Amino acid sequence: MKGTVSRRAVLKGLAAAGLTGCGDGAARRSIPYADQPEGVVPGVPDWYATAVEFQGHAQPVLAESHMGRPTKLEGNPDSPWARGATDAFTQAACAVLYDPQRSLAIRPGDWDAFTRAVAGLPARGLRILTGTVTSPTLARQLAALTAAGARWHVHEPVGGEAATRAARLAFGRVVDTHLRLDRCRAVVAIDADPLGPGPDQVRLLRGWSEGRPRLMVAEPTLSATGAVARDRLAVPARRLPMVVERIAAELGLAPPPPGLTEAEAAWAAAAAQALAVHPGRALLAAGATLPAESLALVHMVNQAAGNTGRTVVHTEPVAVVPPDGEDSFAALVTDMAAGRVEAMLILESNPAHTAPADLNFGAALARVPLKLHAGLFDDETAALCDWHVPLAHPLEDWTDLRAADGTATVVQPLIDPVFGARRRHEILAAVLGEPAAEARRIVMDTWRPVLGAPFEALWRGVLHEGVVPGTEARPARVTAGPPPPSPPGPAGDGLEIVFRPDPTVWDGRFAPIAWLQELPKPLTKLTWDAVAAISPVLAARLGIADGDVVEIAAGGRSLAAPAWTLPGQADDTVTLFLGHGRQRVALPGAGGYDAYRLRRSDSPWVLGGASLGRTGARVELATTQPHRRLHGHDDLLRPSAGPAEPPSLYPDWEYPRSAWGMVIDLDLCAGCNACVIACQAENNIPVVGKSEVARGREMHWLRVDIYHDGDDGRAQFAPIPCMHCEKAPCELGCPVNATVHGPEGLNQMVYNRCIGTRTCSSYCPYKVRRFNFFDYAGIQPDTHRYLRNPDVTVRANGVMEKCTYCVQRIRRAQIAARAEDRPVADGSVTTACAQACPSRAIAFGDLNDPKSRVAALRSSPRHFAMLAHLGTRPRTTYLANRREA
Amino acid sequence: MARHPILPPRQDYAMVTAEVADAAHGPAIRRRWWVAMAAALPLVAAFLASTGLLFWLGTGVWGINIPVNWGLAIINTVWWVGIGHAGTLISSLLLLMGEGWRNSLNRFAEAMTLFAAMMAGLFPILHLGRPELFYWNFPIPSTFGVWPQFRSPLAWDFFSFVSYILVSLAFWYVGLIPDLATLRDRSHGAARAIYGALALGWRGSAVHWARWRQAYLGIAAAAFHLVISVHSGVAMLFAGGPVPGWHTTVFPPYFVFGAVFSGFAVVIMLAIGLRTAFRLAPLITPRHLDILGRLLLATGLLTLYGYLADAFHAWYSGDAYEIRTLLDRVEGEYAWSAWTAVALNFGAIQLLWWRRARGSQPVLFAAALSVAAGMWFERYMLIVSGLYRDYLPSSWHIYDASLWEWLLFAGTVGVFAMLFLLFARWLPMVSIFEVKEVLEREGKG
Repeated sequence: MKGTVSRRAVLKGLAAAGLTGCGDGAARRSIPYADQPEGVVPGVPDWYATAVEFQGHAQPVLAESHMGRPTKLEGNPDSPWARGATDAFTQAACAVLYDPQRSLAIRPGDWDAFTRAVAGLPARGLRILTGTVTSPTLARQLAALTAAGARWHVHEPVGGEAATRAARLAFGRVVDTHLRLDRCRAVVAIDADPLGPGPDQVRLLRGWSEGRPRLMVAEPTLSATGAVARDRLAVPARRLPMVVERIAAELGLAPPPPGLTEAEAAWAAAAAQALAVHPGRALLAAGATLPAESLALVHMVNQAAGNTGRTVVHTEPVAVVPPDGEDSFAALVTDMAAGRVEAMLILESNPAHTAPADLNFGAALARVPLKLHAGLFDDETAALCDWHVPLAHPLEDWTDLRAADGTATVVQPLIDPVFGARRRHEILAAVLGEPAAEARRIVMDTWRPVLGAPFEALWRGVLHEGVVPGTEARPARVTAGPPPPSPPGPAGDGLEIVFRPDPTVWDGRFAPIAWLQELPKPLTKLTWDAVAAISPVLAARLGIADGDVVEIAAGGRSLAAPAWTLPGQADDTVTLFLGHGRQRVALPGAGGYDAYRLRRSDSPWVLGGASLGRTGARVELATTQPHRRLHGHDDLLRPSAGPAEPPSLYPDWEYPRSAWGMVIDLDLCAGCNACVIACQAENNIPVVGKSEVARGREMHWLRVDIYHDGDDGRAQFAPIPCMHCEKAPCELGCPVNATVHGPEGLNQMVYNRCIGTRTCSSYCPYKVRRFNFFDYAGIQPDTHRYLRNPDVTVRANGVMEKCTYCVQRIRRAQIAARAEDRPVADGSVTTACAQACPSRAIAFGDLNDPKSRVAALRSSPRHFAMLAHLGTRPRTTYLANRREA
Repeated sequence: MARHPILPPRQDYAMVTAEVADAAHGPAIRRRWWVAMAAALPLVAAFLASTGLLFWLGTGVWGINIPVNWGLAIINTVWWVGIGHAGTLISSLLLLMGEGWRNSLNRFAEAMTLFAAMMAGLFPILHLGRPELFYWNFPIPSTFGVWPQFRSPLAWDFFSFVSYILVSLAFWYVGLIPDLATLRDRSHGAARAIYGALALGWRGSAVHWARWRQAYLGIAAAAFHLVISVHSGVAMLFAGGPVPGWHTTVFPPYFVFGAVFSGFAVVIMLAIGLRTAFRLAPLITPRHLDILGRLLLATGLLTLYGYLADAFHAWYSGDAYEIRTLLDRVEGEYAWSAWTAVALNFGAIQLLWWRRARGSQPVLFAAALSVAAGMWFERYMLIVSGLYRDYLPSSWHIYDASLWEWLLFAGTVGVFAMLFLLFARWLPMVSIFEVKEVLEREGKG
């Protein structure tokens, strides 16, 4: 069984899931479809409200299920946090569910043996290690275990310990800080990346798009927020606390620090000015990479500027605070090393890979007599443990999670555990001595007292809506105390290293997921690899070219990584990305290095006194966009004063029904990639692997281009789907009528007519067409067949493909409208990219409907068509960036 | 031309027959033939291996990508079909114009045309994502239920390639018939039966000759316009797309000049090779080589004009993308292909201004080889530098041909050589009866 997933096992799961109904309990037996179950119409998907998890936080979704197969997730529109949007990780969740590397079996015994092994465990001496916990049910079980004498610890590699510590410093207790970007006119971010990936990204991007505040960013290395900022200054990480102090000084809260450069002082003054002129309508944010003292000072500044309670809202913490607080993990490792831990249960955490090297976690773990691991993958930590239990994916699990705003979602399974996985609450129940407990019952027990009576009806409502009303985090009335002591001084001379989570594989948890490995990183467009980002100045000084392998040493440890020049990098800062270099469940072809080997627990984000030298070796890096400058074509991304659209010899098309169109607001795109993965999930887009990407053969129908306009790192993002031109050169080029103009304006690709001359792509000025140079669909993992959208053709070797405007969604809406004898309402059809977009940058609709959102956007003065002078008359058009206007 | 005799004195009909018909049958010549074949056969094996792998795995075995999704295959198509043009031009145009000197050259030039056109026709099929479906280009709506897309230059290229190969074959075969009868009459046994069947019962009667003449001239007239239309069509495949560096009306004549230029170069190489290897010097004379040298120079200058006109129009358009592509070609990633093309195409042929250079076989051969290679680099420059940087800098990507593309190219050279060697061995390389016409005209019979 191990090593393969039998088709039978998957089908059993599917059959059971088909009977799940709308959350009325997973069937315990699998029954073949001899009789068609009521309510299941082949070809018509079911939708369930549930949530997937990211760093313990809910990402509330509506999950699309075809005959029991979850295939696609959409943001839950009823969730006040998600408001219908998702991030890139959530879009990839179905790929995680069907990942062929997920572990398949309990080892060394079976479930009964496992329950016997844990039944006799004395609670005292048992430690439980998890990631961030927001789940009320998990918290309840952990509390029960703690009450019995066990201890619970939290390890989150990309955690916010400094923010928690800062809250204690400033307010005397732990509170969450929520940034209301929608209420801001100006936002000053000190190495904070609210628009970058993270468990709260969806809400923050939406807020940014609604408030469109002026962004001022100071940071050592480029972030998504820095890229779209109005003003950006590269400042070494070790000098950022002084910048915070200077801003505070400008507002009269602290004495001005000495030693700022002229540029830093001027920037800080401008930032303070921006805060001062918008009292209560601006905010200062600093990342958890800064010392807690600086973050506490930020709270003071916001309070003094009148932002607290308006743009900066404090609430009771959403995540459960572990008993040892911010030192939870260090305390655990100390106890392990000292032999004070008798048994340990590690739940979906991989410290063998992600623990800072100085903690020497592996050696400490070896001293624990009994080690139990439950996780999706048989990973580095599992390999060191005595027991490994495959853990159910949230789409297979009964649990509950809270989003970053606190709103709870009851997570219901769409499918029985495919890979023989066990549900998390049942594992904990086994440890609690109730091996027969059923996850659904355990979760219901949590909510019974909360929901009150009539419970069954309310429970059904909660499952149906996907949110539990009234669960958002309660506001915390706190007042920032006197300014805390100044943070410690700069950490040594020489180069500094800053650590960042990888934008697509995060802390390493997504490293086995091919979709996310191949997802171009927002700022470098690199795939399948991690680089050490260096500044152009450093690259020139040391004669380093992109792809040269450099040796980076700090604190007596070193690692080798390919260098990559990143605009806007502080001169002497080297950025290392966490999450790569995994020893187990790595994907063939995935490159990168293990940055955790240099990380230190006492200073997890910045390391001073580093050195960097060339090794002479080179590696090939696969980037989807080798050229990230406009090369003089500055008018590409804005309305052009150039030659007008030329006339055409061909008559205009007529669209008596609908004329679909898309408008993309470049001002609202922060390059988050949610659209790219949403498109991949919707349209069965294959992964091609690193060497194929390096050859320029990636298959993403939608790409997000990045263009730097200067050397300060600021950039413009431009999502590029098919333009669906009115006068499409591709239609002219194809000799066999395989790409033709549809009756509603779509430029249609007829796969089974395509013979693969590739003339269409040669002629396409936007190069949005993708070609199956090999049988890419055939090399996808077998288990990914269950992931496919049955409404979208899987393309064969030798066939051209491209964005279809999600024509299957248009047809579905039209069929539904015709059945109800009504017109297709604006907003009832949307493409996968537009639906996922957290900042609502993509609008899709019928241009024939003058009241549609897309038609309204087309009348904006910022509206333009890309390369209009070619006369292609694209129906995907753009709104220019306001920063450029 | 009649003022200068084409053929040397002391030639007569019997000598011509013997020289041609027995050319490939002396022991020394046979040895040379086998040496040449031994060189060609490994390349044929490379052809079979590279096409086999291509069919097994797909076009991904090549280095092509998005945006450079046309690579060596299309470059080679244009190159081979260009080479094919000289044969037809020599055969049909000069036949129709009554230029008798062509009669020593046309047979092998036609064979070259046919084989080169076959190689040219292979590549567009091999480069398809689904090569087994190439016939969907045929206009057969009764079974397909859909016409080809007549706005596409590629649809017309398909028609013109198919016509070109068929017309070239017909022209070559019809021209062969009287000589096949000669061979039939001189051979015995199985060979006699095969030649006899192929000669279609030719007896040389006056009626035969009259009918034959009608057919030959008729096909020549059909073939001649293909010289212009086929390569114009190839040019339109590029000019039809809105690609900087391609989208220009100068392309069709520019391509036709270049095609004929490269074709003459290969004719020169084959003429020198044949007259050396098969002792055909009495039939392919220095006078022939002199004329070919002049033609090479003339067509070279026409091609140079095409280069200048293309560059001028790119600059004169004022279009930022056109100008950038022009600059890219002279100083970008693929500038080596442009400068190699210019050097090879227009450097060596400057020697041909001098009669002594045209009279020297090594010089003439080197100049021709230089042009044949140069024209290949020109196609590389045109296709790759057009695609690798078009409009959006985000989609710019370089192209490196893979080993399998190079092997396939070498393989088609091998297949071409093999076909040509088989032709040289079994069929008259020079048109026996047409040379005799020249003898007749020059009063030597």
